[in-house]
Amino acid sequence: MSWVGRSAARREDPRLLTGNGRFVDDIRLPRMLHAQFVRSTIAHGTVTGVDLSGTLAVPGVVAAFTAGDLAVDDITAVLDRPLSEFVPTAMPVLARDRVRFVGEPIAIVLAEDPYSVEDGLEAVRVTYEAGMPVLSEEQALAPGAPLVHAAAAGNTLVDVSMFATEGIDDIFAAAHRVVYVRSRTGRQNAVPLETRGAVASWDPRAEQLLVQTCTQVPHQVRTVLAECLGLGERAVRVVVPDMGGGFGQKCVVGREEIAVGAAALRLRRPVKWIEDRRDALTASFLAREQRYDVRAAFDAGGRILALDADVVCDMGAYSCYPFTAGIEPLMASAELPGVYRVPAYRVRGRAVTTNKAPSAPYRGVSRPQIVMVMERVFERAARELGLDPVEIRRRNLITEFPYAGINDVTYDPGSYLESLNLCEQMIREEGWYERQEQAAAEGRFLGIGYSCFSERTGYGSGAFAKRKMAVVPGFDLAEITMDLTGGVTVTTGTMSHGQSHETTLAQIVADRLGLDLAQIKIHQGDTDRITYGFGTFASRSATIGGSAVARAATKLADRLLRLGAYLLETDDVELHDGHVRRRDDHGRALRYRDLAGIAYLKANLLPKDAEPGLTASASFDVHGDGTFSNAAHGAVVELHPGTGRVEFLRYVCVEDCGVAINPQVVEGQCRGGIAQGIAGALFEEVTYDAQGEPSCASFIDYKVPTANEIPDIEIRHLETPCAFTESGAKGAGEGGTIGAPAAVLNAVNDALRPTGVELDDTPIRPETVQRAIGANA
Amino acid sequence: MTEKLLISLTVNGERHDDLVVESRHTLVDVLRHRLGLTGTHAGCEHGVCGACTVLLDGAPARACLIFAAQAEGQEIRTVESLAGGGEMNDLQRAFSAHHALQCGFCTPGFLMLAEGFLTERPDATRAEIRELVSASLCRCTGYQTIVDAIEDCARGRRREVGEVR
Repeated sequence: MSWVGRSAARREDPRLLTGNGRFVDDIRLPRMLHAQFVRSTIAHGTVTGVDLSGTLAVPGVVAAFTAGDLAVDDITAVLDRPLSEFVPTAMPVLARDRVRFVGEPIAIVLAEDPYSVEDGLEAVRVTYEAGMPVLSEEQALAPGAPLVHAAAAGNTLVDVSMFATEGIDDIFAAAHRVVYVRSRTGRQNAVPLETRGAVASWDPRAEQLLVQTCTQVPHQVRTVLAECLGLGERAVRVVVPDMGGGFGQKCVVGREEIAVGAAALRLRRPVKWIEDRRDALTASFLAREQRYDVRAAFDAGGRILALDADVVCDMGAYSCYPFTAGIEPLMASAELPGVYRVPAYRVRGRAVTTNKAPSAPYRGVSRPQIVMVMERVFERAARELGLDPVEIRRRNLITEFPYAGINDVTYDPGSYLESLNLCEQMIREEGWYERQEQAAAEGRFLGIGYSCFSERTGYGSGAFAKRKMAVVPGFDLAEITMDLTGGVTVTTGTMSHGQSHETTLAQIVADRLGLDLAQIKIHQGDTDRITYGFGTFASRSATIGGSAVARAATKLADRLLRLGAYLLETDDVELHDGHVRRRDDHGRALRYRDLAGIAYLKANLLPKDAEPGLTASASFDVHGDGTFSNAAHGAVVELHPGTGRVEFLRYVCVEDCGVAINPQVVEGQCRGGIAQGIAGALFEEVTYDAQGEPSCASFIDYKVPTANEIPDIEIRHLETPCAFTESGAKGAGEGGTIGAPAAVLNAVNDALRPTGVELDDTPIRPETVQRAIGANA
Repeated sequence: MTEKLLISLTVNGERHDDLVVESRHTLVDVLRHRLGLTGTHAGCEHGVCGACTVLLDGAPARACLIFAAQAEGQEIRTVESLAGGGEMNDLQRAFSAHHALQCGFCTPGFLMLAEGFLTERPDATRAEIRELVSASLCRCTGYQTIVDAIEDCARGRRREVGEVR
């Protein structure tokens, strides 16, 4: 029986369950200092003075530095686009004079213990000349608005019109019906339960700066550390311990990671920074604040003829590295048509800069919104044309593959129609439509909503090059070494932070080498152990990292076979259960440890052309458009008029991520993803007051849903294997988050049908539901 | 603020005498950084997320909301006490079997919450367990499998008690 496809017990679990995991804050080095940041208390303005004298007098405080003291280079993320499409802006590690959001780091304070450093922060005196803050996309785009960055006219960092089908205006003019959707989504925080943090130390023996940090992208952190600090990359080592989640917030380089490196170099003492929850909520990376103006043309049969969209993303104060402020608008522009056959498409995507904490990728990146918008388009069209909302989707879904989309993307095979049909069937057979009728008769508000979508995964260099990124993520590397005891160590450039790669990558290797999981060690998160990698984001690890690992394992298997054939004096050998054996005589076999013993300790017995040792390496990239996972979600909700609560009565998900390497892990990704999607649909929003002061500084103000709000979720699997990943897997990390907001919003609108109110924005606040029902009660 | 106190703490059955702490030092910080028991995690430091949950005289408590000095004289239990002789206990095994953890950062808090609760309420229903689980935050799992794991463990413990009878 193969390992792939089995819900193997996680290799990560024993240490994490017994308190033996090691997270950044668990690291303790001799003479280690503790750092925190003096942060701007105003949203926009100029720093006129920073007085650190009081701080330096606080017992325990060792040092405090401003930008002028540390003199490190800025972090600059760029796109390969003309200035008309993209304006590069620098993000200083510590603010020099301008501050652009409340929470922006101005100085770093270092003390002997974490309590003294807080005392030190209280003693800092910063004076400002406050300017007018820009706090929304409307304010940012208004004529004569104050500029967040002098270089960015109109506060616009990205303005790309990616597609414009010729003759699209004529299609709209002649269409049977044009449907409009204007939608807004709230600013969100990814909220990994472990906040960001880093421990930096100078190793004089290795002549290296060691930065142990919780990042999804260790090699990119190394690059920025080297650039900002003026070091060769070989003089920087980034090591990632266990990570308490990331969800995208940790796939960009944080300025604090660079600042602690600079302080450790300067003081020649280890420096630890652990972000507290207030800073994590207010001064970290945020996401998701977008506005869509969409029109869609339909014929009388409900077939979509054209799609025209204007997308504006509020990316906050800075471009994140390496993705830039283009991450959200470019994703939205490239993927909006989604799973539907859209014959004509025009889109303008913009990123505006405002005086709020900057945006970074967050699980799904724009796809929760574009799926929500498209699903609203079809729901609205169904209402206006008098069609069933599921039927109108059926008429428009892509059903023949490969499908060359209007968005210059080729979709590989998926089960779009099948997943939607099964999802609807589950809801129907459980009697929810009857229950809905009954509820309506009783004056209760029960609604059924669906979402149907695909999720591009396995973005290789081909896909990211189309976005014109200056840093083109895509390929990944893997190295595998068999040791003298016949087990293997596999090193990958990907970086698991909850996704179970120590188990799933080992399953891929186990099948190719005939080993047990216990004989396979997966190494990740150490820039000194693998040449390069792009880490873990965009559901790339099983597809790209997993394929690199599979290829390396296959190469090693070939070496074992060749060596075995030579020693067993035949050409006809196979690998089986930790042995190489003759196919014609299973009794003549060599254990892996015997082969390793020769490869390392008796190289004199090797064939003349064979290299000693048992190591192989491989790379993998996707030059085409990647591979599309898909799913359909079905939600049944009841609205409570008194409280405005949206209660889940049922949630089902039919997902297809190709070959599921470990079905239990896939289900975990789905459920956790859906929980985050529900969070965005109903609960979470980062808000600011009129001065730009963040209103969400604790978990009291920022409502992360608990087990009381997140329902049980039933998951069904379909399997359309990917033709070009080594295991047949497609990515599974983000789909849940992508599909949930649309299903929830559609279900709420279905429940509100008797009121005539339709909602297009998230989060759906209780007061909005109350108002919708109350006005019509 | 920086008043020093001499305290003694009993953690996982082991007595730690002569601990010099500041009055403002929280229990979670002393457990983690003075005693090296880093299995207990600090997730929010304002008592909402529950990652720092430990048992004080058997009852779940948030170690970020308690000063170390306040825990004197109480039996403190942390996640490190659950596995005996290198073997995970039934609750830990149930968490693994049900995939009730992904990144594992919140997990020690949920384990101690459940351990304390099941001692009090061995007959808890699924609804009661879900209510319990709502006391803490997990960002990875969506909670369902945490509820499954605790329910499964409770069922197993009831079966064991039944057999002894």
